[in-house]
Amino acid sequence: MKATAALDGKAALVTGGSRGIGQAIAIRLASEGANVAVNYQSRKDQAADVIDFINKTDRLDDLDELIKMIDIMDTVEQAKEVRDMIESMGRHSIICQANVGKMDEVNKMRDKAVAEFGKIDILVNNAGIVKDKSFVKMTSEMWDDVISVNLTGTFNCTKAVIDGMLERHYGRIVNISSVIGRMGNRGQANYAASKAGIIGLTQTLAKEFADKGVTVNAVAPGFIGTDMLKSVPAKIMEKILAQIPMGRLGKPEEIASAVTYLVSPEAGYITGQVIDVNGGLYI
Amino acid sequence: MRLENKVAVITGGGSGIGKETAKLFLHEGAKVAIFDVFTGNVEKVYRDMGFAKDSEIKNTLCATADVTKREEVKSAIDATIQRFGKIDILINNAGIIRDALVQKMTEEQWDKVINVDLTGSFNCIQAVVDHMIQRGSGSIINVSSVSGIYGNIGQVNYSAAKAGLIGITKTLSKELGKKGIRVNAVAPGFIRTPMTAGLPQKILDLMTEKTPLKMLGDPIDIAYANLYLASDEARYVNGCVLMVDGGLVV
Repeated sequence: MKATAALDGKAALVTGGSRGIGQAIAIRLASEGANVAVNYQSRKDQAADVIDFINKTDRLDDLDELIKMIDIMDTVEQAKEVRDMIESMGRHSIICQANVGKMDEVNKMRDKAVAEFGKIDILVNNAGIVKDKSFVKMTSEMWDDVISVNLTGTFNCTKAVIDGMLERHYGRIVNISSVIGRMGNRGQANYAASKAGIIGLTQTLAKEFADKGVTVNAVAPGFIGTDMLKSVPAKIMEKILAQIPMGRLGKPEEIASAVTYLVSPEAGYITGQVIDVNGGLYI
Repeated sequence: MRLENKVAVITGGGSGIGKETAKLFLHEGAKVAIFDVFTGNVEKVYRDMGFAKDSEIKNTLCATADVTKREEVKSAIDATIQRFGKIDILINNAGIIRDALVQKMTEEQWDKVINVDLTGSFNCIQAVVDHMIQRGSGSIINVSSVSGIYGNIGQVNYSAAKAGLIGITKTLSKELGKKGIRVNAVAPGFIRTPMTAGLPQKILDLMTEKTPLKMLGDPIDIAYANLYLASDEARYVNGCVLMVDGGLVV
């Protein structure tokens, strides 16, 4: 660890912090001195019910996909692991369950984190889901689910913490967008719209809060080696790799370092920006 | 230290943003070659830097080089490699302004700014790129400007040059990515430097007013962005234009 930790005494909330990119962000922020609230959603039990239901209805066409999707959902155990890792680093960490798409759950999560840390200085809106389908086959429900978690979730969490930040005249908000929100992607109309929406939200909030001590920025990851990519077929993955000038997938830690830079005192003059961390895929 | 064992070339390193970047890089453990066109600047560098440690002096090389003169660039690059063994980082920071409204801008004003700000960066990249390709690694950072993104009254030459740097950044990130070389740009907003020091207070106030954070930036703000992009922390960042402008261009 560094001699002087840049984020000593800061309290952070990382949504979707139990795995993948969120996990890497939570751990990195802690390593820089922050106490971290790790949000997770864990709908695995509910998902099992859905499978059960589909099993009984003989409609098997989407079953494999659904199983895959459930397989990559987060769990409370994963969140606890992240919490324990952070505690073992000498920082304070709590886990908090919430579907960020639901305002009442988000407010409860905020209350829990504030009760524990006294404040929230840093909010990383990372929670995101995919429900891919070609537009023609995409159902309204798939659209609503992705927009609700990815975009409305970002709105909800920001809404929940902003009053405290404005009162203390200090806040650092980083929204995790995606290269897909910049360039679109077949089968991801919902995801692309949600991630592009996050950029609009980031730019607007940067303007609204710039002279109030709160900076708002985004990081747009390219294709990063996480569970979310597990459902991408090998043939498509080959095509993706061929398009990346650096010729490889990114790592969750590489997103975490961009986020860490943006919330550090070093980036105090940066607001309203989107840092693309994509190996040159989209520029 | 975030740049331990790295060797960086910083053009226009004798003043303003370049000087601040050189100081920060040395502090983070890099060996730094400062290129500057003004011999006076280079001579002043050691004094101005206020080096406290011998190690920082030992890790600095100063070369008088005009980035528009390819042979001067080449010999400065060669001297750097000879002294430090390699070059990992190139910061194309050297830049000048010659402001005038388009009707009044002379051909000389146009040529001068394009030559230094745009062609100068091309020259430095060409002088170092074979070396970086051979080593399979490198990080190139072009210091652009919000003027190159936004445009700015009286700066048709400067904004064209700085927008050109973004084109260079994007093309080279594609050409060189697979060879292990990352190419990125930083676009400063209104920063307190010798370049803006000469502006009337009325203009400075206007710049502050236009910036949502309600303050001008300092050279150190840009130095930190250069540090992030140069370091291994940003090893998957390629082709990016990082604006450090207090929210100006949002």
